[in-house]
Amino acid sequence: MKKLSARRRHPLAAVVVLLLALAATGGLYAAFAPAGKAQADSSAQSLAIDEGKKLFAVGCSSCHGLNGQGTSDGPSLVGVGSAAVDFQVGTGRMPAQQPGAQVPSKKNVYSQAEIDQLAAYVASLGPGPVAPTTEQYEPSSNEVTNAEQVAKGGELFRTNCAQCHNFAGKGGALTNGKYAPSLEGVDAKHIYEAMQTGPQNMPSFPDTTMPEEQKREIVAFVRHTNDEPNQGGLALGSLGPVTEGLFGWIFGLGTLIVIAIWVAAHTTKAKKS
Amino acid sequence: MSSASGTKSSASKPASTRAKPANKAEATADWVDGRLGIYSLAKANLRKIFPDHWSFMLGEICLYSFIIIILTGVYLTLFFKPSMAETVYHGSYLPLNGIRMSEAYASTVNISFEVRGGLLIRQIHHWAALVFVAAMFVHMMRVFFTGAFRKPREINWLFGFLLLCLGFFDGFFGYSLPDDLLSGTGIRFMEGAILAVPIVGTYIQMFLFGGEFPGTDIIPRFFTIHVLLIPGIMLGLLVAHLILVFYHKHTQWAGPGKTEKNVVGMPLMPVYMAKAGGFFFLVFGIIAVMSAVATINPVWAYGPYRPDQVSTDAQPDWYMGFAEGLIRFMPGWEISVWGGHTLNLGVFIPLMIFPLVLVAIAVWPFIESWVTGDKREHHILDRPRNAPVRTAFGAAWIALYLVLLVGGGNDLVATHLHMSINTITYAVRVGFFVVPVLTFIVTKRWCLGLQRRDKDKVLHGRESGIIKRLPHGEFVEVHTPLPQKDLHTLTAHEQPRPLELPAETDENGVARKAGAITKARVKLSEGFYGEGNQIAKPTTEEYHEITSGHGHH
Repeated sequence: MKKLSARRRHPLAAVVVLLLALAATGGLYAAFAPAGKAQADSSAQSLAIDEGKKLFAVGCSSCHGLNGQGTSDGPSLVGVGSAAVDFQVGTGRMPAQQPGAQVPSKKNVYSQAEIDQLAAYVASLGPGPVAPTTEQYEPSSNEVTNAEQVAKGGELFRTNCAQCHNFAGKGGALTNGKYAPSLEGVDAKHIYEAMQTGPQNMPSFPDTTMPEEQKREIVAFVRHTNDEPNQGGLALGSLGPVTEGLFGWIFGLGTLIVIAIWVAAHTTKAKKS
Repeated sequence: MSSASGTKSSASKPASTRAKPANKAEATADWVDGRLGIYSLAKANLRKIFPDHWSFMLGEICLYSFIIIILTGVYLTLFFKPSMAETVYHGSYLPLNGIRMSEAYASTVNISFEVRGGLLIRQIHHWAALVFVAAMFVHMMRVFFTGAFRKPREINWLFGFLLLCLGFFDGFFGYSLPDDLLSGTGIRFMEGAILAVPIVGTYIQMFLFGGEFPGTDIIPRFFTIHVLLIPGIMLGLLVAHLILVFYHKHTQWAGPGKTEKNVVGMPLMPVYMAKAGGFFFLVFGIIAVMSAVATINPVWAYGPYRPDQVSTDAQPDWYMGFAEGLIRFMPGWEISVWGGHTLNLGVFIPLMIFPLVLVAIAVWPFIESWVTGDKREHHILDRPRNAPVRTAFGAAWIALYLVLLVGGGNDLVATHLHMSINTITYAVRVGFFVVPVLTFIVTKRWCLGLQRRDKDKVLHGRESGIIKRLPHGEFVEVHTPLPQKDLHTLTAHEQPRPLELPAETDENGVARKAGAITKARVKLSEGFYGEGNQIAKPTTEEYHEITSGHGHH
């Protein structure tokens, strides 16, 4: 102890103490800090982000900005999460074909691997809803459980979705040229993601307001309405009384009037000689 | 007269003086005749003459679809439970399994999936209802455009109009019965309309629903109205309508040998009995085929009604679509009066226009007879072109109706034509005022053009397509003169003179002032028959001058 005490006035003592303090701080930090995302490594995740960034620069950055920060032509993508990317790009909505009231879905030109890379990059910008796994969105394959899910999903659908998407998921009009698209032939995954992220004019239904199980039930109901045989014959678009009225006038009364003309044209006076 | 005395004499005659019945059928007929007097009734009516034209069969379509509705409706009442008691569904339609619903909805789903033939009968009932009202609409327009509503048929016109209105409402009540999401939304709409009535609205709502919406009373009450009250009134009106058709005899188109005093056509028995009977089965067949191939009102897909749920595309059946249009295009005005009482003009004004739209067409016969001062009987129909103002008014009314239908279906127009629903709504607001006026002007001019064409055809004949070269080199097209029959038909209509203002001074030279109403009447009459509002039909002299003289034009 004497030795240490004797050297405490040594000109380098301050330097040694500083070094020790730094080493301690650094050591403690290294011990307790979480494994940094900023760590430059060569794992698959980081490769995907790199690839995604390149794809992003080509396909998305002109509207969303080079770093996804958003511009006057497109919103910021910080915090939208991988689920939003998977939905928007997977349904062909993004990259958008043109500005307008609403971006329509179209043929998707990205492979699923590319979409995943884009999603990884956008997810790296900030935490957001994560693209679901099959177990999350796929309704039960058990017939009895599935029927239960359809029934419950129907009730949820009529409460939360039918006012825009119509009772059979055929879509409907919104204000100023916007619309709720038809849900016919939409992937279960995309329906689930739409509920998670609330794309365009749709409200979002995060797990806090609509638990995973309920989303799955809605997916089961939508799939059921798409696959169900038409019990009453032609569904006429499942669009309600407007198409029924048109059908009634054209094919009902129209046919009857044609028949009336035919009957009136064939009378006893029209005997053929 | 003869029928009354005939009945008595045949009934009082002792059976022994009669010829012996040839067979059992005749014996039965004799037996019935002795008690009901069917021979004279049949004699008086079975040979009734009816003219032949396809447009005279539109009323038959109404009658037959009404019969179909009653037949299928009776079957449905055997299984339908008009109750709003809550139940949990455990039927064969799994997608609704375990869901709470009313007895009314559950029984409708059961009719669709458990009752034998239930879905088909339900669809026949509903499709027949749509066709019924559509046929009444077309039938009414036929009567309107041909002037068949003129004396002595004004009352029968009103009977028909009442049948149409009752058909609207009975259809609406029937649509409300299954208590599915769509029908419940319709009832909610109606409730909103009632509540918008100032002062008494809330009271009427409470009486009708027996408390707050939806309560448990409304469906049983609608059921009684739908299956008993309105059909009963309609049946009575229908019988009266048909009796008047028999009594007045049928109208006919102008033609050689057809006058205001006769009916040219064929007898009810056997010609029209066979034709009408056959046509009934054709109507039933077509509606049955429709119902077999096309869904109507898939209640199982709508789900049960819950006041917290709604689906887009919630429209009424087509005939009420114009009411939906009125509501949809009306701005949502709301004012507050007398310390906080809300006057919901956005709903109340459409509610007031709704009956006006219907009444506008109903009162036309009376307006027309007042303006023209024509109090004579008419049994010969007008061709629509020969009554330009009437035709233009009818067309304008239909145009208004169509504009409102577009307004009622604005969301589907928007999605299917890729337009903005706001644009459509604004267009309907303008169209409500502008389209009927434009239609009136265009139709009137169109009618006058057709009158000119008729005149031309009478005077110059039909273009034959044969070009002749005259000796001096001129080319002319040969016109074939019309046969006498067509000349008669084209010139058979009357061309009344417009009314004139009474002389300004009376016989004593005292100034006489015509009232504002008289002036208006004269002005309107001028609009009907005045200079430029009808094309003078060719006179015999004109015809002879042209046909005898210098060849063809």
